[in-house]
Amino acid sequence: MRPTGAVPVLTLGDVVLVSIQVELHDELALRLQQDLAERVAATGARGVVIDVSAIDIVDSFLAKVLHDISATAAMLASTAVVVGIRPAVAITLVELGLPLRGLRTAPSVDVAFTMLGVRQSAGSPASTVPPPAAEHPSSDVGRGRRENVGAHEQLPPSPRVREMG
Amino acid sequence: MEARVVTIATELDIVRVRQTVRDIAVRGRFSLVEQTKLVTAASELARNALVHGGGGEVSVSAEPAGPGVRVRLVFVDHGPGIADLDQALTDGFTTGSGLGLGLGGARRLVDEFHIESTPGRGTTVTISSTSGGVVR
Ligand SMILES: Nc1ncnc2c1ncn2[C@@H]1O[C@H](COP(=O)(O)OP(=O)(O)OP(=O)(O)O)[C@@H](O)[C@H]1O
Ligand SMILES: [Mg+2]
Repeated sequence: MRPTGAVPVLTLGDVVLVSIQVELHDELALRLQQDLAERVAATGARGVVIDVSAIDIVDSFLAKVLHDISATAAMLASTAVVVGIRPAVAITLVELGLPLRGLRTAPSVDVAFTMLGVRQSAGSPASTVPPPAAEHPSSDVGRGRRENVGAHEQLPPSPRVREMG
Repeated sequence: MEARVVTIATELDIVRVRQTVRDIAVRGRFSLVEQTKLVTAASELARNALVHGGGGEVSVSAEPAGPGVRVRLVFVDHGPGIADLDQALTDGFTTGSGLGLGLGGARRLVDEFHIESTPGRGTTVTISSTSGGVVR
């Protein structure tokens, strides 16, 4: 599976999980959208859980990306659930004119998994970060955590201006 | 009164604009919701300057206003300009691949919004918001 750069995409059983911990610039957001679609198609995952609880701003671009991820998941017979939209972000999105109707949301990763009809293995809820020495972490999880650079801006080596079509 | 200028030449600069505005809003004691609205409006206008205006810059300044602080942002680009401002401000109108919500949405998110554009010359958008729950 292709690494996503700064945003690790994890597969947990039937669900593809991504926790956005960096400030997404546009190219990164589009790459994430593509990576999620490919992962869903490859695994036949029944759900895509996107944790945005660390995100302190969602503008119209990122909102459109979230909407498009959700629509793409639906076409791939999967369901996207966006987790942890902050209250200030929700207020702002509604005023911006982007209430994201039709987007499934949940207050926590646990609730999202329940909504998707997925039971999590006891003792390792998906919302907690496993300690480095956790027993038998899947290679996927381990790799994803190392790629996660934390809640700071991620500057790729060669920034490109997004071309509008 | 302090002023900072951020160049808008790549999409990474949009992130820098957001961080600069967040910073100044925090120091101006904006509430979390006020901060989020101003930063979101700034993100929309910075992206417009980049995508539609071919790049530009924003100057960010703060000044005391009553019990609070007024933060003013002036976005300038020298792109193609906008021939019909009313149309551009209409929700849903876009000449690109966006949702057409940036301009109208930004206007709703701030206390003051002013746009000037000359076709062939460029566009200047000035917005400001004041902390401390000043009634609009
Ligand atoms: N700085 C600018 N220079 C030239 N044209 C602009 C500029 N800003 C906005 N426009 C024009 O106004 C239209 C509406 O802008 P608006 O930000 O509302 O929508 P958008 O950028 O097309 O989509 P989005 O919802 O993603 O912001 C644009 O499609 C563009 O034609
Ligand atoms: Mg726009």
